[in-house]
Amino acid sequence: MSWDISKIDQWKAEDFPRGAAIPDAGNSRDYVTGGWRSERPERDDDKCTQCLLCWIFCPDSAINVADEKVTTFNYDHCKGCGVCATECPFDAITMVPEGCELKGEK
Amino acid sequence: MATQKTLAATGNVLVAEAMRQCAPDVMAAYPITPQTTIVEEFAKFVAQGRVHTEYVTVESEHSAMSACVGASAAGARVMTATSSQGLALMWEELHIASGMRLPIVMANANRALSAPINIHCDHSDVMGARDTGWIILFAETAQEAYDNTIMSVRIAEHPDVLLPVMTTLDGFITTHSIDRAQVMDDETVAAFVGDYHPDLALLDDTKPPVSHGNFAGLGGPYFEFKKAQRNAIDRSAAVIKSVGEEWSAICERPFGVIEGWGMEDAELAIVAIGSTAGNARHVARELRAQGVRVGVLKVRVFRPFPFAEIADALGGCKAVAVLDRSESFGAEGGPLFLEVRSALYDRAERPAIVDYIYGLGGADVKLELMRRVFSDLSDIADGAEVPGRLVYLGAR
Repeated sequence: MSWDISKIDQWKAEDFPRGAAIPDAGNSRDYVTGGWRSERPERDDDKCTQCLLCWIFCPDSAINVADEKVTTFNYDHCKGCGVCATECPFDAITMVPEGCELKGEK
Repeated sequence: MATQKTLAATGNVLVAEAMRQCAPDVMAAYPITPQTTIVEEFAKFVAQGRVHTEYVTVESEHSAMSACVGASAAGARVMTATSSQGLALMWEELHIASGMRLPIVMANANRALSAPINIHCDHSDVMGARDTGWIILFAETAQEAYDNTIMSVRIAEHPDVLLPVMTTLDGFITTHSIDRAQVMDDETVAAFVGDYHPDLALLDDTKPPVSHGNFAGLGGPYFEFKKAQRNAIDRSAAVIKSVGEEWSAICERPFGVIEGWGMEDAELAIVAIGSTAGNARHVARELRAQGVRVGVLKVRVFRPFPFAEIADALGGCKAVAVLDRSESFGAEGGPLFLEVRSALYDRAERPAIVDYIYGLGGADVKLELMRRVFSDLSDIADGAEVPGRLVYLGAR
């Protein structure tokens, strides 16, 4: 069974699975939780050595990696906890407030 | 072939017997007077191997209902029993059981709530749980407590319902008095309740994994889940009737969501729930013999409340007394009164209606009190003023 929640916003009361059960596994990825974030991580590619410590430490698996290299952050699920920025040995990650334009400011 | 035997037994023994016959997979319970002998008797059945139930001894009622919720979500048929403070301690899990749509069946021995401490009959405990989303049945006799327990399983597990059911009997009066009752054979009960096949079981390895107890906040569909729950308890009204008819045909005992005595042409009527209906009927028979047109209306199903049936039954009366064995402090009357009066609101012709709070903490429901109520009703029908506030019947 593949549980399609793409139209969940239009579901009526009786369309939801009884008692708030989730009748399928592996769908937490479809649930966007990044909206909780008040700060987002940004990575400086010049400082980054691709040690992947951020990928190891991220509690939400929100560091995107391709070919054993960090590419981007998954902002759909990153909660902005800042663990990656704290753990980065090369200060390549900084936390910036959401909703503000920071680059080139000040 | 259904065969019944007549037993002399207490209400609690009969409830335990019904539970054994329904063969729950799990029972998690904690003893509390006057419910204790239900779980004690059931534990004996488990020890004797007469029922194959996982019997979970817990440290409190909070844990008892928590274990029931977990076991029911896992896919088990689950039963428990409690009373008074125990039911109060279960309060948050009562909402969780109904919100998760788990068909748990629980017997409640109706008893007063502290303070002051009191272990006797009173409906304060169950009435305090009337808005928890459980279906609530009341028994007048040990026989009804037995029948209600069996019907509860079918009602709770019905695909149109899937809600927990509280089947209640009056503390000591019904739980501990030895009464004559007919008990059905095991095979007939087993066939009537059938097997439970949950469709969203946590522990069913043959189906995709399911998660229960999920979050629905932050603009999520909590509101819609409550609407679905309301639809389910509304649908249960028809299921309760059909299950009642089916059981009634097998056991040859009548079942109605309300049961009237003399209501066909009654001018004066008492509305009561639980054991007191018998006291009221006794006095009603005396008065009928004297030619007074009196009747008694017993309510067996409190949730969902049978509004239309009650309005129809009382529509022709001149004066009605509602007997409440619990308080709703600060409200216009007790819980039953509020519902009955609301049921009559849409009628063009409405009888005069009075609320009597009676029997709190097991205060005796003497026949003379019932006579006084009918006498008051007779005065009201003759033009006397309806008491503006509720009456504490028999209190000093």
